[in-house]
Amino acid sequence: MTPRSLYAIAPHLSRAECEAITKKVLGFSTADECRVTVNSGMRQNTRFAVNQISTAGDDYNASVNIRSVFGKKVASVSVNRLDDASLKAAVENSERIARLAPDDPELMPELPPQRYAEPIVWSDATASLEPEARAEAVRAVTEASRKAGLVSTGYLEAQAGSGAVANNRGLFAYSRSTATAYTTTVRTPDGTGSGWAGASDNDFRRINPAVLAERAIEKAKRSANPVAIEPGRYTVVLEPTAVANLVQLIVGSLNARNADEGRSFFSKAGGGNKIGEKVVDERVTLISDPLDPRVPANTFGGDGMPNTRVTWIENGVVRNLAYDRFWAQKSGKEPSFAGGTLRMEGGASSVEEMIASTERGILVTRFWYIRGVDPRTILFTGLTRDGTFLIENGKVTRPVKNLRYNESPIFMLNNLQMMGRPERVSASESGGPGQAIMVPAIKARDFNFTSTSDAI
Amino acid sequence: MTASRREFLQRTAAAAAAVGLASAARPTAAEAAPGLTFQGDDSHKALALRAIDAAKTAGADYADARISSARSQNLGTRERRVTNIGDNETFGFGVRVLVGGAWGFAASSNLTADEVVRVARLAVAQAKANRAAMVRPVELAPIGPPVPNGVWRSPARIDPFTVAIEDKVAYLLEANAAAMAAGARFVNSNMFFLKDEKTFASTVGTVTQQTIFRAQPGMTITMVSPDNRDFQTRQSTDIQPRGLGYEHVLDSNLKAHAARWAEEARQKLSAKPVEVGRYDLILHPTHLWLTIHEAIAHPTELDRAYGFEANYAGTSFLAPPEEKLGKFRYGPDFMNVLADRSAPGSLSACGWDDEGVAPEDFYIVKDGMFVDYQTTREQAMWLDWWYKQQKMPTRSHGCSYAQTWADVQFQRMPNVNLMAGEQDLVWEDLIAATENGIAIIGDGSFSIDQQRYNAQFGGQLFYEVKNGKITGMLKDVAYQIRTPEFWNAMDMVGGKRSYELGGAFGDGKGQPAQSNAVSHGCPPTRHKQVNVINTGRTA
Repeated sequence: MTPRSLYAIAPHLSRAECEAITKKVLGFSTADECRVTVNSGMRQNTRFAVNQISTAGDDYNASVNIRSVFGKKVASVSVNRLDDASLKAAVENSERIARLAPDDPELMPELPPQRYAEPIVWSDATASLEPEARAEAVRAVTEASRKAGLVSTGYLEAQAGSGAVANNRGLFAYSRSTATAYTTTVRTPDGTGSGWAGASDNDFRRINPAVLAERAIEKAKRSANPVAIEPGRYTVVLEPTAVANLVQLIVGSLNARNADEGRSFFSKAGGGNKIGEKVVDERVTLISDPLDPRVPANTFGGDGMPNTRVTWIENGVVRNLAYDRFWAQKSGKEPSFAGGTLRMEGGASSVEEMIASTERGILVTRFWYIRGVDPRTILFTGLTRDGTFLIENGKVTRPVKNLRYNESPIFMLNNLQMMGRPERVSASESGGPGQAIMVPAIKARDFNFTSTSDAI
Repeated sequence: MTASRREFLQRTAAAAAAVGLASAARPTAAEAAPGLTFQGDDSHKALALRAIDAAKTAGADYADARISSARSQNLGTRERRVTNIGDNETFGFGVRVLVGGAWGFAASSNLTADEVVRVARLAVAQAKANRAAMVRPVELAPIGPPVPNGVWRSPARIDPFTVAIEDKVAYLLEANAAAMAAGARFVNSNMFFLKDEKTFASTVGTVTQQTIFRAQPGMTITMVSPDNRDFQTRQSTDIQPRGLGYEHVLDSNLKAHAARWAEEARQKLSAKPVEVGRYDLILHPTHLWLTIHEAIAHPTELDRAYGFEANYAGTSFLAPPEEKLGKFRYGPDFMNVLADRSAPGSLSACGWDDEGVAPEDFYIVKDGMFVDYQTTREQAMWLDWWYKQQKMPTRSHGCSYAQTWADVQFQRMPNVNLMAGEQDLVWEDLIAATENGIAIIGDGSFSIDQQRYNAQFGGQLFYEVKNGKITGMLKDVAYQIRTPEFWNAMDMVGGKRSYELGGAFGDGKGQPAQSNAVSHGCPPTRHKQVNVINTGRTA
């Protein structure tokens, strides 16, 4: 038996199957309102370390979430046994718990049927990435690393599945989606150098393992035997992955309610929020657009809301914050959310031009272990990793030891000097597909490094 | 946080009444049962055995199967409102196989006689594909005699799923009310429960059934300055998660603490910004557990030392093992670090790990010296030379774990604990002995590099200590360390009386990333001349 014969396309529930399940659940429901969400699919992955495959995994799951409402009382239950008896028991359980819940004064009624754009998030190539094809993609990195006398570690994941949401007001939405990420860290055998490369996409055909191998190998070699430099404020040239590591943190602070309540960077002194205020350099524009062909996302959210294009920051000015339906109604706004995609507009400079224009600075491949320090300023700490270099007189001169920063993407985008063309990157900490994100490389001044690290 | 016997009796009586209410609303026999013992269908054993038989027939040299039925519950509130009540059940199985020295793993939520065979064959086919890129075949360390009918459960007294929802809601809203009565502007509170019934079978002949409970109540109180220019939070880090049932919620009594936490959040608004510099730090167990987690527990994971986690969690400064074991001084002579999966109510406690090994307590640091890593059966073989040298058997320490049925098991940390000192010192004694320092309570912001050298930690509360006394509250404090210097700068440690368990559900490692739940016990400690920075900036 070969892996290929086991599944040509990763199994997931079809539109017809989701319709049947949601219809059945809604039929069991005795609640005033009921919403059913169905998610199913495969996660297929292969890991490698020390130039060989260490573990791999193929797992299939299908789950149903049932949200029942009586008056203003609500509760939800999810199960992954889809037989009639299990679904019926889950409906009853959600109704039993909902009846015991206190009234929720902020409860919003279920949405009526909506119109959705056709999503562009499915790829057969990603959905059929079986173990042998993954092993082949792994060998493109391990063999090149072995030939270069280096040690490679990495991870390739491909997700393929479907999602559906339905309610007793007749709303129904269904879509299939795929996502994949391939990341590798190549180290010198003596442990003095480490280089990273990664890519994330919906379509595996746009990821080239040989190119990733080449980039990580080159960085591993160039980063060997780094020297320590004094921490302090430096001009930085950040590759797109490093930019995404920081810019995506802004998304987590976009909640309008937190801003209005005075507990966010986007709170305005004296009350209200910063919509309409300039908060970063005027060249900065941040957009979530599910129909962006390079960073697409599903076209509906968990409650059946259409996921549409939202401009968060335009030419440095805050245009929108994220409003849930309740807060939108209360504030007289349209609901909006950052639906799993983000694009930062760029400029025309190349990384080479940014380096050439820098007298003294630091070139950063990526950041890691990024954790919040102060939500008042979206201040985070973290470290550079897997390719950090000193720029002197317009040239990359030598590798430097990694540095810890305490910095905010807001300050960074105020100190912006140059921008490149946006690229889609893999910016999740764990190397999974994460949210789709596309950003340019940037050059910024006065980036705040607070200590050095001996880690390689 | 420990309840007296009288309190305990009152609480269990209240809970028994709650069970009665829940049963009346939900009158099926299975759901009315207290649920503290394994409820899983005995057919799980048969299906697990069928899966490993199918794997063997397809060519596996070794196979194990895990079937899990896990129920979790989340309740969330803010101020006077319930924001979320969710019940989640996930059910499925995973089969791991070894074929010619290469691993394969496959999992499915569809537990049927046919599907376990299909998935077992998929795992074998995948192992064969993986073999193509193999350099060094996997060998498994010997394991003790098979356990054909092992049964273990967490020492939970009250199954959280038998406690009525309205009691849980009332508990949280009362705690919120207490915080708001003390002036809190915003309060979020929540509860999380897990009950996981796991059946395991391996080709070694071991079959176990375990029931794991976890419980965590928590709250976050936010104060905003009148001009909207500042806000500060206090998280309930005095309360730590446990491998227990609903009794942990009752013992935690959020309501009783809420007014104090609100007051502390208010004090943070007007606290003095810290001056950067070097200070003696006095670290409370509710804070220190996280520093131990990051700067002792993670770097002593053997897979990291060998580079297996280089692409995400990272490697370790404790490498190569030949140069570190028995040679690296972690800290002063009085520093002892013991790993266990046995502490009652701890998050890592179990009868057998996820490859059927009964874990033993073991020293990682003995008398200040680094002496052992955390291992699985595969990894113990890598240290065969060291165990022979130490005249110890080469066996796994029982650190194999998978977060759910859908994830492959691999090396995860057990409870890693800094042991109490011989002198009977407590928190106040450490403060009294300090001339110029900062005392830190509760865990806050945390970040550490991929080899576990450079770390930065915040906290919940920071107090200035001058001449043996707390002289006021500080804010915007974070300390930066280099791990070896930090532990060697430890000059005081509390005694047994001051030892507490901290911990977390979200210990991340592996690709795909998996969460491990782990406790860390420790007394308070003092560390000389640590670098403190001020994290406050103006937007």
